Amino acid sequence: MKSNYELRITNYKLKKIGGHNELSNNPVVSLKDVEVSFDGEVILDKLNLDIEHEEFITLLGPSGCGKTTTLRIIGGFLQPDSGEIYFDGECINNLPPNKRNVNTVFQKYALFPHLNVYENVAFGLKLKKKSKEEIDKAVMKMLAVVDLKGYEKRPIAKLSGGQQQRVAIARALVCDPKVLLLDEPLGALDLKLRKDMQIELKQLQHQLKTTFVFVTHDQEEALTMSDRVVVMNNGKIEQIGTPTDIYNEPANAFVADFIGEANILNGIMKEDGTVILQGKEIECIDTGFKPYQPVDVVIRPEDVEIVDVKEGMLTGTVQDVVFKGVHYEMEVISDDCLWLIQSTTCKDTGTEIGMRVIPENIHIMNKLFPTEDNIFTAKVVVGHAEENSMEIEIEETVIKVEGHCYAEGTTLEITLPPSGVYVPGDGNGQLEAYIESVIYKGKYNEIILETENHRWLMTSLQDEQVATSIPICFNFENAHFSEDYKGGEYGGDEE
Amino acid sequence: MKSKAPSIPYLIWMLLFTIIPLIMVIYYAFTDKSGNFTIQTFKDSLFYTDVFIRSLWIALVSTLLCLVLAYPLSYVMSRSSRRGQNILTMLIMLPMWMNFILRIYAWVLLLQNDGLIDLAVKFLGLDVPLLGNAGAVILGMVYNYLPFMILPIHAVMLKIDNSLIEASKDLGANKFNVFRKVVFPLSIPGIISGTTMVFVPTASTFLVAQYLGGTGDKMIGDVIENIFQRDKNVGSAISLVLMVIILLFIIVMNKFGDEEVVA
Repeated sequence: MKSNYELRITNYKLKKIGGHNELSNNPVVSLKDVEVSFDGEVILDKLNLDIEHEEFITLLGPSGCGKTTTLRIIGGFLQPDSGEIYFDGECINNLPPNKRNVNTVFQKYALFPHLNVYENVAFGLKLKKKSKEEIDKAVMKMLAVVDLKGYEKRPIAKLSGGQQQRVAIARALVCDPKVLLLDEPLGALDLKLRKDMQIELKQLQHQLKTTFVFVTHDQEEALTMSDRVVVMNNGKIEQIGTPTDIYNEPANAFVADFIGEANILNGIMKEDGTVILQGKEIECIDTGFKPYQPVDVVIRPEDVEIVDVKEGMLTGTVQDVVFKGVHYEMEVISDDCLWLIQSTTCKDTGTEIGMRVIPENIHIMNKLFPTEDNIFTAKVVVGHAEENSMEIEIEETVIKVEGHCYAEGTTLEITLPPSGVYVPGDGNGQLEAYIESVIYKGKYNEIILETENHRWLMTSLQDEQVATSIPICFNFENAHFSEDYKGGEYGGDEE
Repeated sequence: MKSKAPSIPYLIWMLLFTIIPLIMVIYYAFTDKSGNFTIQTFKDSLFYTDVFIRSLWIALVSTLLCLVLAYPLSYVMSRSSRRGQNILTMLIMLPMWMNFILRIYAWVLLLQNDGLIDLAVKFLGLDVPLLGNAGAVILGMVYNYLPFMILPIHAVMLKIDNSLIEASKDLGANKFNVFRKVVFPLSIPGIISGTTMVFVPTASTFLVAQYLGGTGDKMIGDVIENIFQRDKNVGSAISLVLMVIILLFIIVMNKFGDEEVVA
């Protein structure tokens, strides 16, 4: 136990120092400060990524996180606005796709419908002006590798999804690229075929020693196949690591939420090694937080032990039990918070249980949003002293505030609690916001939003879709106003 | 099995206005004025062999010219923005909103002696008659039928998935090879339907040659129009021969297309 504990501390510290320690210094592909935006929307935000020789690396994230864009940049189908791409140490920013030693398996395979299986696979070699015998030998060998011997003359339209998938892989691999890019290649297959292909792809990669860069939004797929996983969100890399690292030591609540299932709860760090969760002081192993700093506490459902009520650190009531084959999945209400627990012991609905988690399995993380409230400045456009109201400007939108009045031109610092931001029922928002993350906190969703110049924290009982835009409105009832610098105040008062 | 009921109105329409008239044409073609069976009508139509050949020749040249003009334009169109495509499509369709005869007559005015184009050509020091020859007929054909070549090719090119073009680049194709190995082979169905849609009407149309051609440029459509007023049996025979020739052309085109797609 002790050595395990120390190892975790070391791992944790290494991670804090900054990622690249275990990596060699000649990556096959290297992205440096790559930035991409479309119509003013940032798709990749100063992305840095090193891809090693012969590794199976997966870019994982929700749709709209920039993973496919990253792949297209490596493939050469997209030019970054700034930043460099290195291939074997050489800058390839201006190299067109046909001159790169990289091949792609496209999302919907993009097989040539006017060619048969053989001709599709031979396409790249023919362009390289290889002799007929060489082409024939390579194509037949590759068709054997992907288990499609005897299918040479088949037209593409007469192949099943899985077979098309194999042709696409063969067509790319026959060119013997140093790096193979795979853009959600298993997305269109049914579950069973998908599982088979995952294993086959992994074996193929082992056999050929080609670097595979795999894009997916399926976390299970990423964990199963990869040597390393790159978790992306909102154009940034949240964490890079082995599947085990990412699962056991998620860097933040987003990663914890995205990879596997997790109970993510609000806690307060009392001191090194002690966190206050649901009003109880609980032992943990994480250190380095400020005293009484609000934190995210992440606990995996399988790490919660069910014990007697008296022995539990926390207690709860079972709300729902579902049998999942290997284990039971229980929904438990503890101190108004919903917990997910996976256990081989079954407790009936309504049972009072005690819950215990060993310190190693309690993961403490900095909150994704730096403050507890929204703190921002805004200028007063008009003050209506007689009605005790004013109009302030946020991102070129004028918003009316009741119950407070400051003079025109005053710059105010406003502290708005998360409950002051809401999605209007009629869809007419004061601002349009982009959803950066949605994390369920046991009672409600904690949603981080992005508008042109601000990030907002919102709590909501509604589930919203990450990487989409929603209208938002402000309610200043519980807001706190203070003047940045002197200006004439009349009428309105502060709480 | 899907219900055929919704197609019944059209099937009735087709029976009344396609199949019955076709049977009538065949009947007239094989009978003489008194209604007896004969093939003399076909022997008579041999008299117009050179008109047949000229018509097909003009149709072929017009079709090729249309293809040469339409293909690059369709390609550029399919690569341009949606807005650009809409504007271009509208400009291409715009002349068709005007009456057919009016459009041909406009060309007569432009090409005739001291017409606008004639004056321009004379100004450049050339004194050639612009109206009343095969060239003017071909010009009129191309002008009138070009949209029928552009639209099907454009439609097919739009359907070529951009990922196929990216895939070919990914596999090492430069711009020329992307075109030669992917875009062109995949656009062949469009070329075939465009060619058919231009060749068939140009081979059988009338009026264009009457207005823009000289006395020696009469086309088979004009001949049919002319003869039908006097002798509907011989007129039917000529029509039937023309139909068979066009049918053969379509069969050859489709066969060529199938082979091309498979190869």
